[in-house]
Amino acid sequence: MRVGEAELAERQEAGGRVLVVSGRLDVHAAASLWRQMLAAARRPGLCALDARGLSALDSAGAVLLIEAQRAAGGIALIPPELPSARAALERMARGLRAAPLPPPPPAVGPITRIGLFALGVLAAAARRITFLGEVTLAALALARRPWGLRRQELLRHLEEAGTRAFGLCVLLGTLLGIILAFQSSIPMRKFGAELFIPQLVGIALLRELGALMAAIILAGRSGSAFAAELGTMRVNEEIDALTTMGIDPLPWLILPRILAAMLVMPVLALVVNLTGLVGMGVVMGGLGVPAGLVIAQLQQWVEVKDLLGGLFKAAMFGLVIGIIGCRCGMRAGGGPRAVGDAATAAVVGSIVAVVMMDGLFALLFFRLGW
Amino acid sequence: MAGEGAADPEILVEAQGIAMRFGEQTLFEGVSFTVRRGEIFVILGASGCGKSTLLKILIGLYPPSSGRALVLGEELCRLTGRRRLAALSRIGVMWQQGALLGSLDVLSNVALPMEQHTALPPEAREAIARAKLGLVGLGDALRKLPAELSGGMLKRAGIARALALDPEVLFLDEPGAGLDPVTSAGLDRLILTLARESGTTFVVVTHELASILAIGDRCVMLDRQARGIIAQGDPRRLREECDIPAVRAFFRREAA
Ligand SMILES: Nc1ncnc2c1ncn2[C@@H]1O[C@H](COP(=O)(O)OP(=O)(O)O)[C@@H](O)[C@H]1O
Ligand SMILES: [Mg+2]
Repeated sequence: MRVGEAELAERQEAGGRVLVVSGRLDVHAAASLWRQMLAAARRPGLCALDARGLSALDSAGAVLLIEAQRAAGGIALIPPELPSARAALERMARGLRAAPLPPPPPAVGPITRIGLFALGVLAAAARRITFLGEVTLAALALARRPWGLRRQELLRHLEEAGTRAFGLCVLLGTLLGIILAFQSSIPMRKFGAELFIPQLVGIALLRELGALMAAIILAGRSGSAFAAELGTMRVNEEIDALTTMGIDPLPWLILPRILAAMLVMPVLALVVNLTGLVGMGVVMGGLGVPAGLVIAQLQQWVEVKDLLGGLFKAAMFGLVIGIIGCRCGMRAGGGPRAVGDAATAAVVGSIVAVVMMDGLFALLFFRLGW
Repeated sequence: MAGEGAADPEILVEAQGIAMRFGEQTLFEGVSFTVRRGEIFVILGASGCGKSTLLKILIGLYPPSSGRALVLGEELCRLTGRRRLAALSRIGVMWQQGALLGSLDVLSNVALPMEQHTALPPEAREAIARAKLGLVGLGDALRKLPAELSGGMLKRAGIARALALDPEVLFLDEPGAGLDPVTSAGLDRLILTLARESGTTFVVVTHELASILAIGDRCVMLDRQARGIIAQGDPRRLREECDIPAVRAFFRREAA
């Protein structure tokens, strides 16, 4: 049988069959002959592999010969006569001897796997709690010596997380107000209850959506940035360098970020709230409700404690986003994907944590009658 | 200078008056040399003189500002489609940092060129990749991810990947840089073995004196001030005989 320029044949000898390969066994011939030759080598009764007639052999062909010899149970391999082909065969045999097939990973039963999973979850929880504890201790230490905080860092992060998010908050807040007012106007008009739209939108925004929208903005912009920056520093051994200089990375790198996230969040939420109310006012104007009436409605129904409750939640969201972002960055491992993974984990973790916390706050405020 | 059709098959790489400019700044100009089959050709020079840039021009990643770079008789940067793939399957490149794909283990990285260029079945690709990794001394790191390897191991894995298709010309960017002398000497020995045993032609960029003298058959030296080649020839003779100050300083490790 002839493929390309290599040929595979069999010959009967006293000891058994001999598989004869001849011609040019290059990578393309090897590609088309590979499975066929290994199948022929596995058939019982083979006593030798004859490669004397090869006129060319590259490393793919050489590996094919060696694999065929192994598949046939280590029968004799008569090497090619061409010196360069023999050298290639010897070289690849050397390479394969130096790189034995790694043993397959030990099989893990389903019960063991569940156990390992549970242990992994517990270990992860322990690491999180440890980090939380370290941050708390560092924050307490800082409260005793507030001048130990790096003011420059704090200002930089306030600017990054706050000032630069301002435009986005204005845009998304206005749109949110417009959408809420418009969507609620459709059912409300059926009952002639347009006048209650300001109350509905106002309470929804101030108590819930302002803080939530600000949290999503902060998680996407700054939580991911914290994780990416710290992850890059971790990968570049900058954090190790700080530690060996005797500088604790917690007050130096992490507390300014967490503090900045916590401080900017109420402001961002306030911006979303106010621009949302303006957006709602625009829709009300379109519905023919005068601005004075909208303001009167808001004054009558929306209380300062609604606003304060929302802003308090926003600060807590900021704290959590800051902690999660920094932890994801500090935990980044080695490797090229580490930084990207850390940023993704920070955003996903922050949003999940914020929504879960929002649920807890809803319960808490309800119990407190807030 | 040979015309396009009458290229000498023994000349595998040829630079014809290559110049490279970035905006106003000229990195080098008038760079010409030929590399013959089976040679280990060294491009040397101080950091930042444009060695990596020249290498990228040769393998067709950057078009030169003027001049031509011929590899296996073709201008790689002008080829397209099938001819480009065919030419690329005949050269191999080892990058300065190895440039292995971080999401694949070492074995899959080495098998990748075979997946692109040949019809070998997966088990065949794996066996061949295994043999190449054994040759460069990485037989016990087959399933490791690049992130788990040291600098020297990354470079050796990079060589194994460059060797995957038995290339006729192998381009290496700073094989010894950042390695300890023993590992670096091991790489030099590997390059020499490959050149002597399989007749592969090498174009090696380096500034490691020991490795230039150990492996180089011929070399060109680039210089940043002179914006081009300031010396060429057998590195051992350059060391003994050349009296251009920059070349002497380089070979005697003197500060300029
Ligand atoms: N894309 C580019 N744009 C502008 N300058 C470049 C670019 N690529 C390289 N250079 C410049 O070319 C010089 C040589 O770079 P390189 O070829 O990497 O040097 P070497 O490898 O010899 O150390 C450097 O000074 C760099 O600033
Ligand atoms: Mg370089």
